[in-house]
Amino acid sequence: MSDTFFFAMEVALNGLMAGVMYSLVALGFVLIFKASGVFNYAQGVMALFAALTLVGIQNGQIPFAHVINATFGTHLSTFGWNVPSFLAILLTLGVMILFAILVERLVLKHLVNQEPIILFMATIGLAFFLEGLGDLMWGSEIKKLDVGLPQGVSDTIERVTYEWFGYGFFIDKLDIVAALVATVLVIVLTLFSRYTKHGRALRAVADDHQAALSVGISLRFIWVLVWSIAGFVALVAGIMWGTKSGVQFSLSLIALKALPVLMLGGFTSIPGAIVGGLIIGVGEKLFEFFIGPLVGGATENWFAYVLALIFLVFRPQGLFGEKIIERV
Amino acid sequence: MFYREAGDFKTSYIEDSQTFPIRLDRWGYYTIIFIAFAVIPFFINDYWANAVFVPFLIYSIAAIGLNILTGYAGQVSLGTGGFMAVGAFACYKLMTAFPEINIIFHILISGGITAAVGMAFGLPSLRIKGFYLAVATLAAQFFLVWLFNKVPWFYNYSASGQISAPERTVFGIAVTGPHTEAWAKYMISLVFVFVLAWVARNLTRGTVGRKWMAIRDMDIAAEIIGVNPLPAKLSAFAVSSFFVGIAGALFFAVYLGAAEVGEAFGPQKSFLVLFMIIIGGLGSIFGSFAGAAFMVLLPVLLKNVLVGGLGWPTDLAAQFEIMLVGALIIIFLIAEPHGIAQLWRIAKEKLRLWPFPH
Repeated sequence: MSDTFFFAMEVALNGLMAGVMYSLVALGFVLIFKASGVFNYAQGVMALFAALTLVGIQNGQIPFAHVINATFGTHLSTFGWNVPSFLAILLTLGVMILFAILVERLVLKHLVNQEPIILFMATIGLAFFLEGLGDLMWGSEIKKLDVGLPQGVSDTIERVTYEWFGYGFFIDKLDIVAALVATVLVIVLTLFSRYTKHGRALRAVADDHQAALSVGISLRFIWVLVWSIAGFVALVAGIMWGTKSGVQFSLSLIALKALPVLMLGGFTSIPGAIVGGLIIGVGEKLFEFFIGPLVGGATENWFAYVLALIFLVFRPQGLFGEKIIERV
Repeated sequence: MFYREAGDFKTSYIEDSQTFPIRLDRWGYYTIIFIAFAVIPFFINDYWANAVFVPFLIYSIAAIGLNILTGYAGQVSLGTGGFMAVGAFACYKLMTAFPEINIIFHILISGGITAAVGMAFGLPSLRIKGFYLAVATLAAQFFLVWLFNKVPWFYNYSASGQISAPERTVFGIAVTGPHTEAWAKYMISLVFVFVLAWVARNLTRGTVGRKWMAIRDMDIAAEIIGVNPLPAKLSAFAVSSFFVGIAGALFFAVYLGAAEVGEAFGPQKSFLVLFMIIIGGLGSIFGSFAGAAFMVLLPVLLKNVLVGGLGWPTDLAAQFEIMLVGALIIIFLIAEPHGIAQLWRIAKEKLRLWPFPH
């Protein structure tokens, strides 16, 4: 078999891995959408914020140091200690849970019974708020995130595939870790929603808000719970993306790609988020590989959106979404 | 006491259906028009034109355009930046290809071209709705910006990939290019705003506007009572894109003078215009102006307070601004989903009864 074929396969494989990353963010969207009908535009920025917070805690940065310095003329920067990764992750999770509680208290509670599109716009506002807050708290420079995940090209895979096919595949170890983590995450979430009390409550709320309320499920608690879980997923996605390409603003833009992933997979389906992510990941890499050179490259910026757009015209509910039934 | 309908007798149908039925409103409107056309041009300087008036006027056009689509027809669009880019690049190509034709026509034709592009991207709206459509319009945003970045024909093969407006005149007065006087920039923007706002106001209270609003309130019900969704939705996209295209053309040719597509017309611009209509008021022409004024003045004000007053570095001030804008969006959506326009309406209702509320 020719080298081009293998090269295309390698591109596709890398696309698959990138797709896993998209799926990680998309997962957070689906969770919130299912449980509260809110299309959470801020999910990408939540990943960025989580990653920023993680780095900040790890390095012992003082929050709002820049603001304090600018206002009072001091020269604060760090507490002078380093927090171990594991503890830092736990603390960041705490911050994300606090964030979930605040969102419920200050935003969602006041927007009950509003149209979905109003809630969507509120989450756009939330995204901007969080973006500004993250930069103000931790500074806007690009940061390196290292929680001890393996990185770099995997030599084993390269050697083994070279022996088998006569062509060595370049695959980043981090991508493999991300794929594993995504798998574990999906399994855990599925188990959680199937076998625990709160998981069942979650599914009940997703099914029918009013029926869930009438059997005594606290909607507010469920919202806090689901936003916390989404915060956790955002944290995982933030760690993966942050380790891969540094913690910076473009993280939230990459996370925007999760939107077409969702449209492809359907807003209400966890497997849909995964499959959609993989299709988009592979699709955009192959498109860039085959068509990109003909049209000037950098097609990855829009391919996902246009694919989702074309796809939606034929199947508005996505691959795995529930059929949209309209009533007057 | 003074602000009321009583004593203002209408003797013809035309008078009865006028835009401002209350006398004080009419006077206020004429006063504002008079000040805008006959007073400000004589006092305006470069700082006020570039920092406040010209961006305010141009964003008003864009906001009216988006408001027609989102506020009146109920189709949320995140592609405004991309459509503004279409207007800007169409205007640039026309300006350089046909230098002998007046720029007014170039700007109008740019609007027409944008309307055609907008209709093409509006086609999916017949199948998909709500935030599905919002995300689909992001496709327009990213695709169009990429297109203008990658195809050199659009920027006339210039080495930097930038487009810059050559000098063009209206009645012998330069309105684009580096030697434009502040008042000329202001006047050309003002004329476009005046005419377009008038058109928008009258479109939205006529048959077309009512069809849009019927579609917005419930599209299936609208279809049942005889509104054909295809022309209604596509006309909303066309008119909206026409406005946005003209705003883009003016933004590039008159305000910026030179533009790089990713920077001037990126997704941030789409959100900025969307925020204008949320804060100003969905489904209100006055709201579009109020929102544009708010979003143009807020950074100027913050810059003066934070950078000038507290001595913050500009990047911190910019981050604080993003945060504040986000918070304001949420606050407005919670406290007053219909924006500044609704506050204005409430204030007018109160004024009508004042000082005898019972």
